[in-house]
Amino acid sequence: MGNERWTRRQFVGRAGKTAGGVVVGLSLADFLAACGASSPSTAAGSGKLEIFSWWTAGGEADGLAEMFKIYKNKYSGVNIVNATVAGGAGTNAKAVLKTRMEGGKPPDSFQVHAGQELISTWVKAGKMEPITSVWKSEGWDSTIPKDLKDIVSSNGDVWSVPVNIHRGNALWYNKKILDDNSITPPTTMDAFLSALGKLKSKLPGGAPLALGSQGNWQVQMLLENNILAAGGPDFYKKVFSGKASFTDANVKQALTWIKSMLSYVNADHPTLGWDDADKRLIAGTSAFNIMGDWAKGYFTAANWVPNKDFGAVASPGTAGKYVIVCDTFGIPKGAPDHDNAVNWIKVCGSQEGQAAFNPKKGSIPARTDVSASIFDPIAQQFIAEFKTDALVPSSAHGSATPDAFASAVNDEMGQFVINKDVEKSASNLQKLSDEFLKA
Amino acid sequence: MTPFSWDRITPILMIAPSVVLIAIFVYGFIGRTAYTSLTAWRGVVPDYTFVGLRNYIRLFQTEKFQADIVNTVHFTAFFLAGCLILGLGAAVLLDQKLRGSIVFQNVFMFPLALSFIVTGTVWRWIFNPGYGLNVLFHNLHLDFLQSGWLTKPSSALNSLTIAAVWQMSGFCMAMFLAGLRGIPEELREAARVDGATEWQSFRYVVFPLLRPITLSAVIILGHISLKIFDLVFVMTFGGPGYSTDMPSLNMFITTFRQDLFARGAAIATVLLLMVALLIVPYLIWNLRGETER
Repeated sequence: MGNERWTRRQFVGRAGKTAGGVVVGLSLADFLAACGASSPSTAAGSGKLEIFSWWTAGGEADGLAEMFKIYKNKYSGVNIVNATVAGGAGTNAKAVLKTRMEGGKPPDSFQVHAGQELISTWVKAGKMEPITSVWKSEGWDSTIPKDLKDIVSSNGDVWSVPVNIHRGNALWYNKKILDDNSITPPTTMDAFLSALGKLKSKLPGGAPLALGSQGNWQVQMLLENNILAAGGPDFYKKVFSGKASFTDANVKQALTWIKSMLSYVNADHPTLGWDDADKRLIAGTSAFNIMGDWAKGYFTAANWVPNKDFGAVASPGTAGKYVIVCDTFGIPKGAPDHDNAVNWIKVCGSQEGQAAFNPKKGSIPARTDVSASIFDPIAQQFIAEFKTDALVPSSAHGSATPDAFASAVNDEMGQFVINKDVEKSASNLQKLSDEFLKA
Repeated sequence: MTPFSWDRITPILMIAPSVVLIAIFVYGFIGRTAYTSLTAWRGVVPDYTFVGLRNYIRLFQTEKFQADIVNTVHFTAFFLAGCLILGLGAAVLLDQKLRGSIVFQNVFMFPLALSFIVTGTVWRWIFNPGYGLNVLFHNLHLDFLQSGWLTKPSSALNSLTIAAVWQMSGFCMAMFLAGLRGIPEELREAARVDGATEWQSFRYVVFPLLRPITLSAVIILGHISLKIFDLVFVMTFGGPGYSTDMPSLNMFITTFRQDLFARGAAIATVLLLMVALLIVPYLIWNLRGETER
């Protein structure tokens, strides 16, 4: 009897230990599963074209499908593989792409933001193939602005073709709230802050400016827009290339403006995404949101009519300036179906391709010869401004600065939102500039 | 010299493939990660220039990683305490074999069937100040219980802990319940005959017998907690500021968003050491128990 009891007690102890062992062992299984999943097989061979992007949602997926349709019409024998990875601003897709490129299994062509994300991540690493000859033979010099060509070029070669242009510095407003309070869409920072002051007491919750700051990149967009407003395009380009200091008065002014804006935003912003912020405009609980022009797609999907229910102007103080977020397609070295990929980027750069893609995506074409009449009024307004405005690349979206810098600035902006310490953040930003921009 | 015998060779052949695979894919990669953490690798092209402990020094100098360490310790302590207390409490109650206890036993176990991703999403909604718990508290006239939850740096980590405890305390309960059911009734009977109160019999008879279970629970929950990633990823992404950032999330961002592969490997190595600090004593204890028998 006593013996049996002892066995039971032993059993209890053993059961616990075994359970522990099973769970500890499980993490190994997870690890192996993850290894398997991160390298999806891409069988080489002709007759195939694998396009890697993060266009999975609504309008952007539709736009991509339009371009596939055009490609299919021309090269019906090619089987298109649409390799997409979901996730805002491509943050997840970029991680997957890196593991694929490291593993020597590149797609045939992939989506990449123009500028540093392309040049410092992939071109300097020697992972890309130049497309200079295609650029020449397609005559893109005469149809795509030189400012754009410059940010997809290095060492005399062109490395990818711009498909679209998004605008980072846009101020969106609920037209009814502005009309009811006889406020004209503000163009200067002073006008904007006084409009916010006027609306604060009139809206329930006292948050006339909607903000969704989960991930902090939205605050980084406020930073770059405000730096542009305070210092102008030349200072902007200097500071984001490490040639001017972040402790400059212009940057401190920009941070001070963010600080002022933060007293008019919704308190739950750290848990909201950008789209949740735009939802506040639709609900009428906020009047303004500063966001890229992908916000337009969100508004129209909610059956809001441009220039009737909502409108857009350049973000305060940045009239005449255009922060560009530009998607491009390039060809990696060792693309398994190289010739198909060359044909793909020809479609991407063609008038037909950009006319089919951009209205769906909500962006404007990179080419200047696409008829504006097929676009909504806000896109038409932006197309006109794009032709005359000073163009600067976005840092928050990887064009002006390397990912390492943009991501670290994200963190710093997260701290700034809590501490609102202008001096400290300016000096921390300069430290990041020293570490990541002076390579 | 023992003669050749299939009986001896077969088991070795059977386990050889898994030993080789584990040696390569677990220990080999751990070794490679540790080595990478001592190099200058930055950007997508590997750079194996040896730089010693530079990555570790820089890492510990960053405000973010300092916050990570504090957060991990804080989270682990409260997560363990919450799970153990709630799990043990529920197990003791269910062990009374009251009516309906089988229903509750299942109810408490259900959260375990969900992944942290689902739990995180649900709790993010619950904690939303606009339409979650705060509204409930307001309607119940309990406004003093309202909080900023995930939106305030001061409360975000505790809110995260609540969600994690909700998910894992059922598991703890199941372990304790198995332990309690395994304790022979005669032992408690004997204690009662000796004049022990219900509390005394629990304190001096039952509790010591639950020690192995408790230790196992601490090990399992502890290593889950140190490596927590998915819950944070969904609920807060480390924010506001660094208030809920964890080493695993930092490692992911550093490696795959910032392309600082060497520094990411350094975080991974620190994380491994932290988990080892917890697991290795357990393994030693386990092994010693093995040899005693």
